[in-house]
Amino acid sequence: MTKKKQNTGKMMSGSEILVQTLVDLGVTKVFGYPGGKVIGLYDVLFKTPEIQDILFRHEQGATHAADGYARATGKPGVVIVTSGPGATNTVTGIATAFMDSIPMIVFTGQVASAMIGNDAFQEADIIGITRPVTKHSYLAKDPDQLGQIVQEAYHIAVTGRPGPVLIDLPSDVLAKKTVYHPHKDVKIRGYNPTYKGHSQQISKAAEMLNRAERPLIYAGGGVNIGLATDELTEIAIKGQIPVTTTLLGLGAFPEDNPLSVGMVGMHGTWYANMAMMECDVLVCIGARFDDRVTGRLSHFSPNSKKIHIDIDPSCIAKNVSVDIPIVGHVKEILPDLAKQVKPANSKTWLNNIAEWKKEHSLDYGKMEDSILPQFVVEKMAELTRHEAIVVTDVGQNQMWAAQYYGFKRPRQILSSGGLGTMGYGLPAAIGAAFGCPEDTVVCFTGDGGFQMNIQELTTAVQHKIPLKIVLLNNGYLGMVRQWQELFFGRRYAMTVLADGNPDFMKLAEGYGAKGLQAFKPDDVEKVIQEGLEINDVPVVMEFIIRPEENVFPMVPAGASLDEMLEGHKE
Amino acid sequence: MRHILSVIFENKFNAIPRIAGLFSGRGYNMNSMSFGEGEDPETTRATITSEGDVQIIEQIAKQLNKLVDVIKVTELTYEPFVERELALVKVQSSPATRAEIMQVADIFRAKIIDLSHKTITIEVTGKEDKVNAIIEMLQQFGIREIARTGIVALKREFQKD
Repeated sequence: MTKKKQNTGKMMSGSEILVQTLVDLGVTKVFGYPGGKVIGLYDVLFKTPEIQDILFRHEQGATHAADGYARATGKPGVVIVTSGPGATNTVTGIATAFMDSIPMIVFTGQVASAMIGNDAFQEADIIGITRPVTKHSYLAKDPDQLGQIVQEAYHIAVTGRPGPVLIDLPSDVLAKKTVYHPHKDVKIRGYNPTYKGHSQQISKAAEMLNRAERPLIYAGGGVNIGLATDELTEIAIKGQIPVTTTLLGLGAFPEDNPLSVGMVGMHGTWYANMAMMECDVLVCIGARFDDRVTGRLSHFSPNSKKIHIDIDPSCIAKNVSVDIPIVGHVKEILPDLAKQVKPANSKTWLNNIAEWKKEHSLDYGKMEDSILPQFVVEKMAELTRHEAIVVTDVGQNQMWAAQYYGFKRPRQILSSGGLGTMGYGLPAAIGAAFGCPEDTVVCFTGDGGFQMNIQELTTAVQHKIPLKIVLLNNGYLGMVRQWQELFFGRRYAMTVLADGNPDFMKLAEGYGAKGLQAFKPDDVEKVIQEGLEINDVPVVMEFIIRPEENVFPMVPAGASLDEMLEGHKE
Repeated sequence: MRHILSVIFENKFNAIPRIAGLFSGRGYNMNSMSFGEGEDPETTRATITSEGDVQIIEQIAKQLNKLVDVIKVTELTYEPFVERELALVKVQSSPATRAEIMQVADIFRAKIIDLSHKTITIEVTGKEDKVNAIIEMLQQFGIREIARTGIVALKREFQKD
């Protein structure tokens, strides 16, 4: 803070002003990769002890890491990359954050202002390219603007429905010097998210809930982002209302509470999906009726009245018509709702659900000779007491982790839900570890996704991050293979990874990580225990799992939520 | 059904592309967009017309509101409003057809703003359907070029007590 005063009135370059503003905003970490157009910026960062610059090995890795950091800590992840290919390499990471509403600020180098539009060396119209996947973007035209731009970007990234903001930095703007004046408060005319819910709507919602006989709470990522899990629990318990969550909502409600029905959707529990279909009042909190959750829209929850609470008004009544919309922040709305909720007349409904939970519990059959991945997840959950930060890649590994870990709190599951980006797991886990160095960070991944950003193993080793990487190796692009088995006559086109998989143990050791392998069910516990004890390098625990194991239950594409395949039970 | 949205925004460099991209990116159809400085010199008002059903237009309006540069979105479709559009129409003409073309222009209270041996250029303002009508009437002579602005519109303020 004193630096700001000291430097007022001094001549500073664009880069220096940018870094000064980041320091003033409390940013302590920058994830990135250098290049021609950002050498000057990284030079200033080199001399700035308040900020740790973390070098990744691919800009996509840096971006996913910033994302993982943001999900684990609630603070925005900051990325700095160079122009052209450096910038374009962040697109997937930005889109991933955009789809899941994750706060992130991405600084991209750019060619000199006079060269823009000239097809210059390493030039890319990154603002144009990322326009649909950024919450907002800026092109810096003058170093005088930089303080304001960075402050505004930070504000936009973290408030309302969070999201990624991109700032494009032409090299001449970064180099030019100007007199530094710290920018005042952020005031944006067109940006005023609503936080307080409409009290009449809240009363109507409470009334509707109190009269319900088959109520259901459907909680999503918004409850976790808004840290309103206690308030949600209060409503559920007071009203005796069962709770289901989305993938990103896992942890919003304790799964061991009898009112929990687990995850809903394409690979949700049988009873969550049935509850969704048969309820008479559905309260959607911080979720968006995504197609993975609703199944066939025309058949979705046909007899229920719907209450929708969300901070983003454009989410409400987008896919599904809503009877009582309430726009605002969950932390402001839920306490008001909780005050007015009374126990619903739901005894029969709750008994029904308890029956369903017994008859259709999540189960994976007997383990014989091969390791079953669900068992690995359960074992890891047990040995980490359900308290680790769980990062997943995408596909079958992601679904098994979601189904079997058992989550307890927000900021615990880090998973690419909206975009479903393979290769997310490893770098995001590294970002989470930087944000929460005291926590155990487990990364569930498969042989497909693990290889997509494998270069970041170096980053983990370099910084001695004891990641627990659970590599569920089935030799296939698992989820796609499952669809090919069920719907394409077992024609495994382009999914047989085993034809060319590396020796993962040698690969791990080559990077300087520790490799452990399990081939039989009896090896599982030993490997996990040994892995958990390592505290100075990442460990790759490779489990050779039953190759054609499938994720169940499954709502096939185009089917209604109650047309689930139950797999082992059939 | 034709819907009319009036959008007030800060015309930062990326605002127009974002507004347009919002329509195209979601597969929505923007039929016309006309914009210029608004009553507050730091803001721009855009008048956008789009075909679609009520639910889709409601979605669009919400998406527009979400944009950081957008300050206010008003749907004019269901309120009393005034609309005007300007069109320049270059019609093929010969001494034989000139009088008739001028008659049509006269009836529509349009002006002749350019004349050559082979063409007449007409300027017409009015509601969208009036402009459509004069263009229809001029088709028979052969139309070389048309430049239309798309409508601008404002709410009517007259209230009957």
